Amino acid sequence: MKKLLPITLFLLASTAFAADAEFTIVIREHRFEPAELTVPAGKKIKLLIENQDSTPEEFESFALAREKVVPGNSAASLYIGPLKAGRYPFFGEFNESTAKGVVIAQ
Amino acid sequence: MFGSCIIVFRETLEAALIVGIITAATHGVPGRNYWLIAGIAAGLVGSAVVAAATNTIAEIAGGFGQELFNAGVLGIAVLMLAWHNIWMAAHSKELAIHAGNTGSAISDGKRECSVLFAIIALAVLREGSETVLFLYGIATAGGQSTHTMLVGGTLGLTGGVAVGWTLYAGLLRIPLRWFFSVTSLLVLLLAAGMASQAARLLIQVNLLPSLATPLWDTSSLLPPDSVLGTLLHGLAGYDARPAGMQIIFFTVVLVSIGIGMKLISQPQQPSKQ
Repeated sequence: MKKLLPITLFLLASTAFAADAEFTIVIREHRFEPAELTVPAGKKIKLLIENQDSTPEEFESFALAREKVVPGNSAASLYIGPLKAGRYPFFGEFNESTAKGVVIAQ
Repeated sequence: MFGSCIIVFRETLEAALIVGIITAATHGVPGRNYWLIAGIAAGLVGSAVVAAATNTIAEIAGGFGQELFNAGVLGIAVLMLAWHNIWMAAHSKELAIHAGNTGSAISDGKRECSVLFAIIALAVLREGSETVLFLYGIATAGGQSTHTMLVGGTLGLTGGVAVGWTLYAGLLRIPLRWFFSVTSLLVLLLAAGMASQAARLLIQVNLLPSLATPLWDTSSLLPPDSVLGTLLHGLAGYDARPAGMQIIFFTVVLVSIGIGMKLISQPQQPSKQ
C-alpha cells in the first residue's frame, strides 16, 4: 500500500511526459502535406505543424480534440494521442475547403 | 464570403452566449450596463492586441505560449464566474425584492460589476483574437476578397449577436422565482465547461496527462459540429471525445462552485443592526 502513491505518481508522470514520436505536417497553399499521416497507435505523438503560407491557419480536429492557430511563416507543435487504431480527420478552420487531412493510427 | 460568414458566426456565437448569460445573470445589479459595454469594448481592443502579438505569445514557453495564454484566460474566467455565482447566491433575494436599490448590494455591486467586466472582456478577447487573425489572413490576400470578407464577416457577426440576444431575451422571460436559479445554473455550466477546455489545452501541450483519451465518444450521438453540439460547446464546453482529465476538471469546478454557493446562502444568524 505504501508503494502505491509513488508508483501512481510515476505512472502519471510517464504518461504525461513520455512522447515517443514526432511527425511534421506542412501547410502550403492552404493544403496540408501530407494529407494522410500514418502514426503508431497507443503512443503520445508530437505533431509539428509548419505553416509555409504567409497567412495564419488554425489546425483543428474534433476527432483528435485539438485546435491550434499557427501564424503565417511559422511553426507550432502540439501533442495528440495516445490514439486507438482508426482514422482521425483534421482540417484548417481558416481554409476549410482545401485544408483537409486525416491522421491514421495503426 | 460564406466561409468568412460561418467562421465569424461561430466565434461570435461563443462569446455572445457568454455575454447573453452574464447579462441576464446580472439583471438588477446597479450600473451593470456601463460595465457590460466597457467589457465588450475592452475585449475588442484586447483581441486586436492579442492577434497582433500572436507570434510573440506563441513562442513563449517553447512554442506552447498560445495554449498557456488561453488556459490562463479561461482560468481567470472560471474564477470570475465562480465569484459571480457565489456573490449572486448571497444577493439574489435582495436583488429580486428591491430591484437594485438595496444598500448592501450596491457596495458589493461595484465588485460584481468589475467581475462582470472581466468575464465579458475575456470572452470577447478569446473569440475575437481568433476572428481577427482569420480576417487579417483574408485581408492580406487583398483585392476583391476583402470586400466579400467584410460582408460575410458582418453577416456572421450579426448572426452570432442575434443568437446571444435571443438567449438573453429568452432568459428574461423566466418567472422571477426561477430566474436566478436558472442563470446561476447556466453560469455554473459555463465555468465547468471552461475548466474542461482549459484542461484540454494543457493536455495539448503535454502539461497534463489525459487519463483516457477519450473517456467516451458521443460523436455519433451528438456531433460536435452540429448546431446543438456547437451550442452545447459554447454553453458547457461540450466535447464529443473528452479526455478523462477534462471530466475531472469539469466535475471539480462544478462541485466546488456548487458548494461555495450552498455555504454562502446558509440562513444568516439574526444580526444586530
